[in-house]
Amino acid sequence: MSPALISVRDLHKTYGSGAGEFHALRGIDLDIHTGESLAIVGKSGSGKSTLMHLLALLDRPTSGSITLHGTETSGLGARELNRTRNAEFGFVFQQFFLNAQNTVLDNVTMPLTIAGVPARERKARGLAALRQLGIEDKAGNKANDLSGGQKQRVVISRALINRPSVIFADEPTGNLDSNTGATVESILFDLNRTQGITLVVVTHDEDLAARCDRAVTIADGLIVPATTQEVAA
Amino acid sequence: MKALDVIQRANANAFRSKLRTTLTALAIVIGAFALTLTNALGAGVNSFMADTVATVGVDDVLTVTPLDESAPAGDGPTVYDPDRATLSGGGMGAMGSALALTAADLDTIAAVPGVLDVSPLRIPSVDFVQADGSQPFEVSLGVTMPGMHVELAAGDNLDFATDEPQVVLPVSYVEPLGFASPADAVGAVVDLGLTDATGTSVTQPVTVVGIAEPSLLGSAGAIPNPALTDALVDLAAVGRDPGAPTVFAAAFATYDPGAGPTATEDLQSALAAEGFDAMTVDDQLGMFTSVIDTIVFVLSAFAAIALIAASIGIVNTLFMAVQERTREVGLMKAMGLSSAKVFALFSVEAAVIGLLGSVVGVLAAMGTGAAISSALSGSLLADLPGLNLFVFDPVTVLAVVLGVMAVAFLAGTLPALRAAKADPISSLRYE
Repeated sequence: MSPALISVRDLHKTYGSGAGEFHALRGIDLDIHTGESLAIVGKSGSGKSTLMHLLALLDRPTSGSITLHGTETSGLGARELNRTRNAEFGFVFQQFFLNAQNTVLDNVTMPLTIAGVPARERKARGLAALRQLGIEDKAGNKANDLSGGQKQRVVISRALINRPSVIFADEPTGNLDSNTGATVESILFDLNRTQGITLVVVTHDEDLAARCDRAVTIADGLIVPATTQEVAA
Repeated sequence: MKALDVIQRANANAFRSKLRTTLTALAIVIGAFALTLTNALGAGVNSFMADTVATVGVDDVLTVTPLDESAPAGDGPTVYDPDRATLSGGGMGAMGSALALTAADLDTIAAVPGVLDVSPLRIPSVDFVQADGSQPFEVSLGVTMPGMHVELAAGDNLDFATDEPQVVLPVSYVEPLGFASPADAVGAVVDLGLTDATGTSVTQPVTVVGIAEPSLLGSAGAIPNPALTDALVDLAAVGRDPGAPTVFAAAFATYDPGAGPTATEDLQSALAAEGFDAMTVDDQLGMFTSVIDTIVFVLSAFAAIALIAASIGIVNTLFMAVQERTREVGLMKAMGLSSAKVFALFSVEAAVIGLLGSVVGVLAAMGTGAAISSALSGSLLADLPGLNLFVFDPVTVLAVVLGVMAVAFLAGTLPALRAAKADPISSLRYE
C-alpha cells in the first residue's frame, strides 16, 4: 500500500478550559490515501467538522500529529500553512461562499489570485476550469445571477483550479435539490476517478457516504469501529 | 496575492457600497476642501506680499528708527526725558509724539560698520496737487526708499540721480487732473502746493514721470524723487528759525544683503546697541505675513478637526465592511490568504476612500478659488491687480492629498486589524 497522503495519529482537540472544557476530538487515528474518496459521517456535534478543519489545516490540534506527504504539520508556520492550503487543498462548502457581486471568473480564480498568479494565466486557467464543468459561458456573469446547481459548479471549479491533491467537501449537496445534488456528486466522483484527486467528504447523507470508497463515522470525538470496514464502491 | 491585485481588489471593494462610500468620502471632501482653500489663500496673500517686495526692488535698505527702550518695559506711562528728540505732529508723528532721529544720530548710524550709506526719511507736507486747468486735489507724499521700484501703469520709474524734480502719481489722480489716460499724464508738469514756515502758500512745478498701479506698498500717495523732496523741503523751510534742530522720523541705511542673513542680523544688533531699531523690508512684511500665517493656521486647524471627524467616519464604514465580508475574508484565509494581505486589503480600501475624498475636495477648492477670484477681481480686488487671492501650489495640493490618504489609512488600520485577526473557521460559520 502506498504511504498515506494524510496520516492522523491520536488527534485531540479541546475547546475552552476548566469547567467549560469541551473535548471535540478524543484520539483519532486515520490514514487517507492518495486518490481515495473518504466520507466522514456523524451526527451534528460529533466532531466531524472539527476533524475536517484539522485535516484541512484550518485549525491546530490540541495534541496529536497530522502528517501531509510525510511532513509533520504541527511544525509549520503560518506562512507555510497558508501556502499549503492554497496549493494542496480545494474547498467545497455547503453555503457556496461566492462573492455575489463579483463575476464567476473572478470567484473561480480567487485561489490563483491569492497565490500571486499573473492575471493572464488566471483567466486562461479559470476559463479552462469552467469549461471542464460546462459553465464557461457564465464566466462574465455575476455569481449572484446563477442557480444553486450552477453556483456549486462554480465552487467546484474554484476548488479545482489550483490542481489540488485533496478536495475537502463539507456537505456539498446539502443546499441542493436531489437532482442537482446527484449531478454535483457525479462531478466530484468523476474528478476523483479521472484526475486522481483525493476526496474528503463530510456529510450526514448516508447515500453520499455510501458512494465513497470508504466511510468513517465519528461519534463523541472518536471513530466508531463498526463502520470502519471498507464499504464496497 | 500581489500588491497590484490587493490595490485593484481594495479599489473595487471601496465601490461595492457606493452610497456608503460616497457619504464617507463626502466628509473627507469637506475637510480637504477647507484645508486646500485656506492654504491657497495664505499662499496667495503671502506671495502677493513677496511679489510686492520684489517689485519695490529694495532689499538692501534698513529702515532705522529710534529704539523706544521704555515702551515695552512697563504698563505705566513713560517718564519724560527732555533730552530725547521727538517729532510732533505731521508725517510719521500722526499717532502722537514719536521719537525722532537727529543729525547726530545719522552720523552715529553711518559710523556703524556695515552701513554703506544713510539718508534721512523726509516727508514734506504737501497740501494739494494741481494740473493746468484742473481743480486742486489733496495729496500726500509716499515714502521714497533709495532705489525703489514702483509698479507702473504708464511711464518710467523715478530717476534718483537727476536734479530735475520728478513725481510718480497714483492712477486714481489721472482722470481728476484732466488727463485722458495714464499714458497721457506722463511727461506733464503739475504743481504741488504747500505752506511754508511763514504761512504762505507756495507751489512747486514737477514733471510726472510715471503713473503707479495701486498696490499694498506705496499706494498712499504721490512718490517724489530726491530732487523733488529737496526742493519741497527747501520751500517749506522758508522763514523757519534756523536755530531749530532738524529731526527725522526715520532714516534709511543701505547695507550689503549679499553678506548673508547672519551679517544682516549682526548689523541690526549693532544698531540696536547704539539705540536704534533697524528693520529690513522683509522684517516689516514679516509682521503682516505672520498675521496671515496665524489666520491660515487657525483655519487649517479647523479643517484638520473636520478631517479627524471624517476619519472616524472611515473607521465606522470599514467596520461595517469587515462585518459584511466576514465570510468572504474567512474563505480567502481558508484558501491561503495571509493575515497581512487581509490587513492590506482593508487599509488600502480606506486609503482609496481618502484619495477619492481628497481629490474631489482639492478640485472643488480649486474651482471655488477660481470662481471667487474672478468674482472679486471685478469688484473688491479691482484696485489690486497684482493680487491673486488663491495660489494652489502643486506641492501643497499633493501634500494635502497624500496627508489625507495617510490619515484615512491610519483610520483603516483599526477595522483592518480586526479583519486580519479573524479566525477562518468561525468566519465561515458566521451567518
